[in-house]
Order: sequence, then structure tokens, then C-alpha cells
Amino acid sequence: MNINDSVLKNEEKAIFGMRSLYRKYGYSQYKMSKFEEYDLYVRNKDFLVSDNIISFTDTNGRLMALKPDVTLSIIKNGSDAAGVVQKVFYDENVYRVSKGSHAFKEIMQVGLECIGAIDNYCIYEVLMLAAESLRSISAECVLDVSHLGIVSAVIDGMNVEEPVRNALLKCIGEKNAHEIAKLCTENSVSEDAKNRLLSLVSTYGDAKTVLPELKALCTDDASAACLDQLMEVVTALEASGCGDVLRIDFSVTSDMNYYNGIVFRGFVRGIPTGILSGGQYDKLMQKMGRKSGAIGFAVYLDMLEDLSEEGTPYDADTVILYTENDDMGALRSTVRMLTDAGQRVCAQKAVPEKMRYKQLLRLNGKGVEILETNA
Amino acid sequence: MLNVALPKGRIGEKVYSMFEAAGLECPSIRENNRKLIFENPEVGVRYFWVKPSDVAIYVERGAADIGVAGKDILLEYEPDIYELYDLNIGKCRMAVAAKEDFRDNPQKTLKVATKFTNIAQNYYTSLGRDIDIIHLNGSIELAPILGLSDVIVDIVETGTTLRENHLTVVESIVPISARLIANKASFKFKNEAIASIVKKLSEIKEGMSEN
Repeated sequence: MNINDSVLKNEEKAIFGMRSLYRKYGYSQYKMSKFEEYDLYVRNKDFLVSDNIISFTDTNGRLMALKPDVTLSIIKNGSDAAGVVQKVFYDENVYRVSKGSHAFKEIMQVGLECIGAIDNYCIYEVLMLAAESLRSISAECVLDVSHLGIVSAVIDGMNVEEPVRNALLKCIGEKNAHEIAKLCTENSVSEDAKNRLLSLVSTYGDAKTVLPELKALCTDDASAACLDQLMEVVTALEASGCGDVLRIDFSVTSDMNYYNGIVFRGFVRGIPTGILSGGQYDKLMQKMGRKSGAIGFAVYLDMLEDLSEEGTPYDADTVILYTENDDMGALRSTVRMLTDAGQRVCAQKAVPEKMRYKQLLRLNGKGVEILETNA
Repeated sequence: MLNVALPKGRIGEKVYSMFEAAGLECPSIRENNRKLIFENPEVGVRYFWVKPSDVAIYVERGAADIGVAGKDILLEYEPDIYELYDLNIGKCRMAVAAKEDFRDNPQKTLKVATKFTNIAQNYYTSLGRDIDIIHLNGSIELAPILGLSDVIVDIVETGTTLRENHLTVVESIVPISARLIANKASFKFKNEAIASIVKKLSEIKEGMSEN
């Protein structure tokens, strides 16, 4: 069956595009149940975007949940095998509380996970697929990339208590340089360490401009190693034609209890929030008893309807009126003739209220009569 | 075109003057009329006046690329935005106030009346204090006078209203001032314009503090 591209919604087109993209790189589709044991989410509550979960008691008495997340289920159901990388993608609905309405919402999510012996090639591949996923949605897109190892090393150099550390991380996420300066002064952080963090926060731009500047900031062994990794991955991404969408931005922060290494967020013009979120989450793997590493991302498709262009001003090209006394054969052949000519035809006994159409026809005993033309 | 949400009122007018000095002038905004949107295509800017507490929502949802909001609003609603610059105007503080003869009894749940329930909750959680929040929309100072609450959490500018009602500041929570905020996606796609306005505003501020 040939499908006319124009009948597909943005999110449907995006799903088809991304599915075929991920398959091309050896990712297999992961299907799962809508439900998962509630306990899985309670144990990893902070990993979830929202705390609220729809739960219910199953017929066997077990407390279940409508899944708010896909990654935890994939990790739980996999196993470690030396040297092997499990590559899966999914398109599933998840159930979360929407920030605006404070009510549960079904969110369509597409994503992929690369789990196992993660190396720089795997990280490059996942970022490249993230960039291509964004491009499949809109040509005007940006993939912000950060390295939590660098952020962590810079904050470690400040020797501050946990609450101050958390407050600094929040400010980094907000690009809030003035509060960082204030926190540093209040907590007697050295000028050098303060300026290092302020430079990191103000860093934003394409990799070619930003990465050389970072060398001056990454002077200790830990951050220098992280910068080397970031440079290797970025060089590979540039070589495969993704350089134009990449931006280095250390305000991309994720919970450091779960994430480590490279983290990223994707934006497309016309949607006010990030629509892609991902990163390396070896720490979550460890918490769930797995020995290997992992990296993945999710694309939130519910936002894509904002990109839709104004639809056609008409609900149908032609409305054709008939009565019960009319010959059904004549009606059927008239409708068929018009649909074969590429028209959208709606056969009705009376014109539905508020229906917009280009022309209104009526069957009479002799043929078709034009009652109204709007086009 | 850079869309800018300005808070209606005295602070908003001061902010516009700063933007004007930074080269984003829009003379029609100074005309005395009831229009809400003002545009200057030549410099590529569109301003709109919104209720101060709504600026963060306009920016978070992308209707405005940037805006100016009080730190009180940002702490209360925690919008997902970038906080790019402290304009250092509209300065005041968020504080706990009570009747002049108030003595805190830690064995009792503290009754707190406020418009800023999130800020009050976070503050008392950080102290480990059990509280009962009474959300009010205005005339907060009445609550302790009439025995509705033990204390209030509210913005204190000069403290005149408190003094006239025999109330006093018991504790300062956080200093407040107007902040330049930006939508996260706009920051990516209009980066040059936004970075330029932040730079110019900081130059203007530095110039003002030098004089």
C-alpha cells in the first residue's frame, strides 16, 4: 500500500525515520509490556523524570506500575557478557506527570540504549544517531554536549560540602554565573577555582572554537583525560558530517548519582524545550547490579505537534448528499470517481455542523447537482 | 526578531531603559496607550508587557526568548530556563516576619502564611522544621495580627508596612533582585543576539557602578 506522506503527522514521520536509521546500525527493536513491577521504580526514584507513578494491584496481588520509563526495564532484563554490546531501540508510550497541568500524560518516546563494553566508538555512534534523529525531525537543530567528568573535576577542586556542590550544579544548569560567584565567595573558594568554574559555565559554541579553549581549564589528570575523550568523540562526529549541529555546553547536567561521562540534550527550532536527552549511565548500571557500562538517549515525540504546519482549511474537498431513496450504486460510483481523481470525499445525508468543504453536491435521479462551491 | 517579556510596572520601565541604552530601542513603547506589544523591526526586537509573575512562564514556554523576572518568582515556580544576568535592580529580600512580641515554640507546628509556598516549604525543610502552610494571595501582614498564622514569609523592601503593623523581620531567607532569563531553545537558535544583550547590559551596569 502506498502511503501519502502528507497524511502522516510529524511524530509518525519521525518514528518511521528513526526506526530505519537505528536498524541500519544494527539496533534491534525492544518490545515490552506497558506494566512493570512498582518496586523497580521505587528503588531508582531519583533516576525518573517525575516522582509520580500510576500504580495498581495486579490480580496476583503484586503492586504494578504503568511504566514511566523504559531504560530501567531494559537494564533489568539484560545480562552482562564479556566484550559484547547489546544495541536496542524502542518506541513506547510512557506515563508521567506533565509539569504544566500536574496531571498524568501519555508521552510517546523513541530511544535507544547501547549496553555492555562501551568504548569511544559506541559513544560516537550513539551521539551520531542522536544528531541524525534530530535532523530527521528538523534541519534546524542543535545537539548540546557536555562531559560530567570535566564538571565534576572542576567542582572537586573547590573542596566544598555536598549542599554547596548541589547548589553549584543547579547554577551550572541555569548558566547562573552571578550565583556561582556569590556561592564561591560565601564558601571561601579560591579565586582560581572560582574562575575555572565561571569559564566553564560561560563556555558555549561549536567544538572547533570551544575545545581548544578548554585545554587551559583541564589541567589536572582527571579532567584532561575527560577532555581527550570528548575531543576524540567530537572529531569522529565532525568527520561523519555532524559537526554543524554540535555545540559544547556544560550547562547540560544530569544526576551524577546515575550519569557519568558524556551527556547531551537536543533542541529543534520551534520547540521551546529540549526534545532529546541522553548520556552515559554506568553508575545506574552499577546500582542495578550490572558490571558493564551503558549509554543511550530518548526523544520525546509529544512536543512535535508544535512543529505542525497549519492543516488544510477544508475537512473534505467534496461533501456529497444523498437520501435513502437514492441508488447506492450511483452513490458508490460517484464517490469512487471523485476519490480516484484525488479528492477527499465525504458522503452524508445532511451537512455536519461546522464542516468545511470546497463543494457541496447532491445526488438526484439523473446524476449530480452542484449546490455550493467555496474554493 | 528577539521577543522580550517585560514585567509591567516601575521595574519594567527601568529595565526597558537599560535595554534601550543597550541598543534595543523601540520608541513606540513610550507612547501613552494601552497596547501590549511594541515592535522595532529595524533593530529586530519585539517587547511585550506581562504581569511580573507571568514573565517566567512566557519565557519557559518560548513565547518570549528572554525576559526579566524577580528572583522570588524564579525560586517559587522553578521554571526550566537560563538565568543569565543579575540586573541588580528591584532589590529586596524574602524574609520571615512576625509580631514584635513573637517567641517561637519549637515544640509546636509553626503556622506560616505566605504567597510563596514553595520558598517557605524549602526554607523550613532545610531547617528540619514542621510547618503548616496557609496560602494567601494578598495582605499577608494581616495573618499574624489576626492569629491566622504565627509568622509570614514575604518580600520585604523597606520594612515600612511591617513596622506600621507592629511586625518585625525574624529571619532573612534570600536576597531578591531582577534577573535576565532566557528560554533554553532560544538561547541555542538566537545565541548571538542573546549573548550580545547580556554583554551590553553588563557593560552598562559596570559603567553605572563606576559613576
